[in-house]
Amino acid sequence: MAFARSRQALAIAGVLGLALGATACGTGNDKGSDNTGSAECSQYEKYKGNDGKKVTIYSSIREIEADRLDQSWKQFEDCTGIDIDHEGSAEFEAQLPVRVDGGNAPDIAFIPQPGLLKRFADGGKLKEAGADTKAMAEQNYSPDWLKYSTVDGKFYGAPLGSNVKSFVWYSPKMFQEKGWKVPESWDDLIKLSDEIAGSGTKPWCAGIESGDATGWPATDWIEDVLLRTAGPEVYDQWTTHGIPFNDPKVAEAVDRAGSILKNEKYVNGGFGGVKSIATTSFQEAGTPITTGKCALHRQASFYANQWPEGTKVAEDGDVFAFYFPAIDPAQGKPVLGGGEFVAAFADRPEVQAVQTYLASGEYANSRAKIGDWVSANKKLDLNNVPNPVDKLSVGILQDPKTQFRFDGSDLMPAAVGAGTFWKGMVDWINGKDTATVLQGIESSWPK
Amino acid sequence: MTTATPTVGVGAQPPEKLTRAGRVRKRLNSRTATVVSIVLALLWTVPTFGLFVSSFRPADQIKTTGWWTFFGDPQFTLENYQQVLFSGSSSGRLASYFINSLAITIPSVLFPLAFASLAAYALAWIKFRGRDWVYIGIFALQIVPLQMALVPLLRFFSTGVTVGGVQILPAWDLVDEQKFAQVWFAHTCFALPFAVYLLHNFVSQLPGDLMEAARVDGATHPKIFRTIVLPLITPALAAIGIFQFLWVWNDLLVALIFAGGTSDTAPLTVRLAELAGTRGNEWQRLTAGAFVSIVVPLIVFLSLQRYFVRGLLAGSVKG
Amino acid sequence: MEFDWAGETPKFLMLMYGLIAFVAVVGGLLLLLDVVPAWFARRREAQLVAASASGAPLPRRRKPREGLFALFFLLPTLLFLTIGLVVPAIRTTLLSFMNRDGSGWVGLENYGWMFSEGSIIRVLTNTLTWVILVPLVATAFGLIYAVLVDKARFEAVAKSLIFLPMAISFVGAAIIWKFVYAYRGEGDQIGLLNQIVVSLGGEPKQWLLESPLNTFLLIVIMIWIQAGFAMVVLSAAIKAIPADIIEAARLDGTTPWQMFWQITMPSIRPALIVVVVTISIATLKVFDIVRTATNGNYDTSVIANEMYNQAFRYQETGRGSALAVFLFVLVLPLVIYQIRNLRQQREG
Repeated sequence: MAFARSRQALAIAGVLGLALGATACGTGNDKGSDNTGSAECSQYEKYKGNDGKKVTIYSSIREIEADRLDQSWKQFEDCTGIDIDHEGSAEFEAQLPVRVDGGNAPDIAFIPQPGLLKRFADGGKLKEAGADTKAMAEQNYSPDWLKYSTVDGKFYGAPLGSNVKSFVWYSPKMFQEKGWKVPESWDDLIKLSDEIAGSGTKPWCAGIESGDATGWPATDWIEDVLLRTAGPEVYDQWTTHGIPFNDPKVAEAVDRAGSILKNEKYVNGGFGGVKSIATTSFQEAGTPITTGKCALHRQASFYANQWPEGTKVAEDGDVFAFYFPAIDPAQGKPVLGGGEFVAAFADRPEVQAVQTYLASGEYANSRAKIGDWVSANKKLDLNNVPNPVDKLSVGILQDPKTQFRFDGSDLMPAAVGAGTFWKGMVDWINGKDTATVLQGIESSWPK
Repeated sequence: MTTATPTVGVGAQPPEKLTRAGRVRKRLNSRTATVVSIVLALLWTVPTFGLFVSSFRPADQIKTTGWWTFFGDPQFTLENYQQVLFSGSSSGRLASYFINSLAITIPSVLFPLAFASLAAYALAWIKFRGRDWVYIGIFALQIVPLQMALVPLLRFFSTGVTVGGVQILPAWDLVDEQKFAQVWFAHTCFALPFAVYLLHNFVSQLPGDLMEAARVDGATHPKIFRTIVLPLITPALAAIGIFQFLWVWNDLLVALIFAGGTSDTAPLTVRLAELAGTRGNEWQRLTAGAFVSIVVPLIVFLSLQRYFVRGLLAGSVKG
Repeated sequence: MEFDWAGETPKFLMLMYGLIAFVAVVGGLLLLLDVVPAWFARRREAQLVAASASGAPLPRRRKPREGLFALFFLLPTLLFLTIGLVVPAIRTTLLSFMNRDGSGWVGLENYGWMFSEGSIIRVLTNTLTWVILVPLVATAFGLIYAVLVDKARFEAVAKSLIFLPMAISFVGAAIIWKFVYAYRGEGDQIGLLNQIVVSLGGEPKQWLLESPLNTFLLIVIMIWIQAGFAMVVLSAAIKAIPADIIEAARLDGTTPWQMFWQITMPSIRPALIVVVVTISIATLKVFDIVRTATNGNYDTSVIANEMYNQAFRYQETGRGSALAVFLFVLVLPLVIYQIRNLRQQREG
C-alpha cells in the first residue's frame, strides 16, 4: 500500500511538476526489511517474524507527546517491520467504549483508568496478555503496579508512563530570598503556611477547573491526604468500597485538606478567595508562584509542562517541587500517582510483540531519553531522564520505601470517580459541608 | 429604508397632508430602526470581536489583562496564528486537515439535500396512504440524540447486518480515506429529519395550481420535481445547505468516531481541538484557531446569501 | 517540508467517487422514475389502440401508481433514517430497561433512579427554562432584526454580523462566552462583564457560580447562536411577501406597526413555526454549551448533558438511555402540535 502510493505520488508529482520534496519523502517512508540485519537491530531479535504487519494504538496522548511516542518506537518499527499506527484523542475516555462497543476496537489502548480497564475485562472485550508480556512486566514492574491491570487473576497489560501526584510546587528562589525551608513534615508545612500568611502573602494557590473534568485536582488532594492520615490499607478499602465513601476516616481527611483549601487565610494566592478555586483552571492555578503572589501549589509531576515559557524548572531554578510530606510516620512514605496501561483488544502475534516491547526496559529508556517522561519501570536508568522533576519522580517511584497507590478516582466506578466525586468536590469548595458532600457521593455508588 | 413614497395612483385615499406626516414619521422610524439595528449588530459582535483582538495578543497578555486594554497598549503578535498554522506534530499538515474537511463536508451536504428534497416532494404532493404518519415520524426523529446513534451505526459499518445468524449486509471494511464514506453516511442520516422537515414546509406551500396544470399537461412526478419544484425551492436548499455545511464543518464527534483522528482522515476541528494542548494548557491558541475555522463557513454564507433573496422572491406567487 | 500534494490525491479521488456516487444515485433514481412510467404509458396506449380497434370497452384509466412513486421518492431517506436513527432509537429504548452494560433486564429501575435523584428536579426545571426562553427570545430577536434591517443599505453586512455566531461551533461559542464571564479576584479583570461591573463601581462576581443566574447566562449563549438562524429564515420569509400586497397596504396608509401585525406576521406564520420548532428541538438536545461552560456544575445541568455524562463518561448506558427516552417524551407536545397543524393545512 505504502509502496503503491509512493509510486503514484511520483507519477503525479512528475506530471504537475510540484512538490519535489514529496517524492523524496514518499520513498523515504518505505519500510523495507533490508535494514533489519544491522547491529542495532539485534536487540529486537525476539520480536521478529511480524514483518509488514500493522498494529493500531489508541490513547489520550496528543501533539508533541504523541510525536515523542512515535519517535520512541521508531527503531523497533524499522527493525521488526511492524508498523505502529498511533492515534491520540482528547475524547479518549468517551470514545474508546463507543469504538469497542461498535466493533471497531483498536489493537491496543493506553488506558489511564484501571476502572475502565476492569470494565472492558469484565465485558470480555480485552485479551489476556501473552506469557512473554507477563514475564516481561513481572520482571520490570513492582506488584503494586501490576495489580491494577489484573482482573480476577488475569493479567491484561503492563504499565507504561506514570506520574507522581504527591508533589508541592514552590519557588526555590523565593524560598531562598525569604529564608524559608522545604518542609519535611505536615506540621512544618502548616507552620510554613502560617509564616507566609503572616507575611501578607496567601501561601497556597489552587484551581480545579478543567473543562468537563472539573473537580479532579481536588480529588487528588483528598486522596493524597487520606493516604497519609489513614494509610494505604484503608485507602485500598475506600477505593474498592470496602468501607463506605463517607467513613469517618475519610471525613477526617477531607476536613484536613479543607484546613488548607477552605482556609481564607491560606488561599487563593493570586486569584481571590476560596471560591475562586472552583473557577480557576488547573493549568494556570500554579502560575502566581512565578510572580510571588503565592508560594505553594500541590500538583502532579506533569505540572512541569504548565509553567510559562522561560521558567526554569530545577532545584536551583524558578520553580521546583518537593514531596508532599507525610503526616503519620507509621504509614511510611505514601505516594499517590497515576499512569496508563497497555491493554490489548487483539491477540495477534504482532500485537503481543508490541505489548511485550513496551513493557521492556529498552523501551522505557528509549522513551525517557527523548524527554518529559516518567515511568515506574525498574530498568529505567536515572541517567536517561533529562528533566530534574522527572528524575525526582523516577527516584521516588523506584525507592523501595515508597508505598505507591494509584489515583483513587481512576479506580472507582466512573459514575463516582469521574462523576459524583468530581462534582462533590466542586460543591465542597463552593461552600457545602463535608458530611453532606460525602453522603451524596456515597449514595451515588453503583450497586 | 426606501425613500420611494407611494405614488398616488387612482383610488388612493390619503390626503396630501397625512402622507407628509406619514413620511416624516416613517423617516424617523427608519432612522431609529437604523440606529437600533446597528447597536444590536455591534452588541452581537462584541464577544467575537474580543476573541478576534485576543488572537493577536501575546499569550501572557491574554491571561492577565482584558482584550480592551489592547487599544491603550497595543502589543501585536502573529504568534498564535503561527502556532495554529505551522506548529506541532502536524506542522505544515494543516492543509491536509483542510482537505479532509472539504472531502467530508461536500458530499455530506449534497446527499441529504437531494434525498430530503425528493422526500419532501413526495410527502407534500404525492397522495398515498399514511403519508402524514411518515412525515410526522421523520419530524419526530429530530429528537434522537446523535450520540445514541453512534454505537449502532458504527456496528453497522464494522460488522454489517446479521439477522438470525444470516449475514444480510457485509461489513464495510474501509481503510484510510475510504472511511470518508462512513462519515458521509452518518452525516446524511443525522441531517435528514431536519432537512425533510424544513423542505416539506417550503414545498408544501408552493402553489397547487402550478402542479395541477403540469399534471394536466401530462407531466410525471419526476418531471414536475425537476422542472417546477427544484427551481422554486432553491432558496430553501441554499438555506439548508448552509446550515448543514456549518454543522458538518464544525462537527468533531461524528468525524472522530467514523473517520478516526489521524491526519489521513480527520477534519480541521480535530486539529483545532488538539491545539488546546494535551492538557488544555495552550488555550490561547484557540483564539486564532477559532478564526481559522470560521473563515470558510463565512465565505459560504456570504456567497450563498443572495440565493435567499432572489429565489424566494421568484417563487412567491402564493396560491 | 514541502506540502505533499501527491499524498493528498487519494482524498480527492475519494471525494470524486463520492460526487460520482451522488450523481449516479440521484440521477439514476430520477431517470428510473422517468423511464419506467413512460414505458407503462406506452403500453397502456398500445392497449387503448388495441381495445378501440377490437371495439372492446375501453380499459379504465388506471390511477397512476402514486404509492409506488412515493416509495421511490422516499426510498433513500427511509433507508438512511432506518439505519441511522430508527434502529438506534429502538435500541436506546430497549437499553433504558437494562442494566449498566446492557447485559440484563432491570425493568423500570433506571426511570426510578431518574426521578428519585435529588438533583433531577433541578435538571428538569433548567431544561424547561431553556426550552421556553431560547426559542422565544431568539425568534423574537431574529424577527425584530429581520424587520429592522429589511431593505436597509447595510442589510447584507448587518445580517452577516448577526449570523456570525452560527458559524462558530457550540464549543467555540461557549469558550468565547467563558471569556466574557471570566473572573479575577485580584488585579485586572479579563472578563468583559466584570470589567463593566467594576467600571460602574461594583464588585466583580463569579458569574458562573451564581445560581440561578448562571443558567440564564448560559441561555444567553444559545440565544446568541440561534438568533442568527431565526433571522436568516424569517428574513427570507419577509422578502417572500408579494410586493403587491405591501404596495396595496401602503396605499391604504397603513402604519409600519399595523403593517407588521396585519401583513407581515400572518404571511410569515409558517416560517415562524418552523423557526420556533427547530430551535426548541435544538435546545432540548443542547449539551455542548453546558458541558464546556460548567459541565453541569453549580445547578446548571440539563437533561442532554446528564444523558451524555451517564452514557459516555460514567458508562451507565441504562441510565443514559432512560434520559434519552425522556427527551423523546419531551418532544411529544411538538409532535402533537405538528399533527394538528398538518391536519389544518390539509383541510385548508
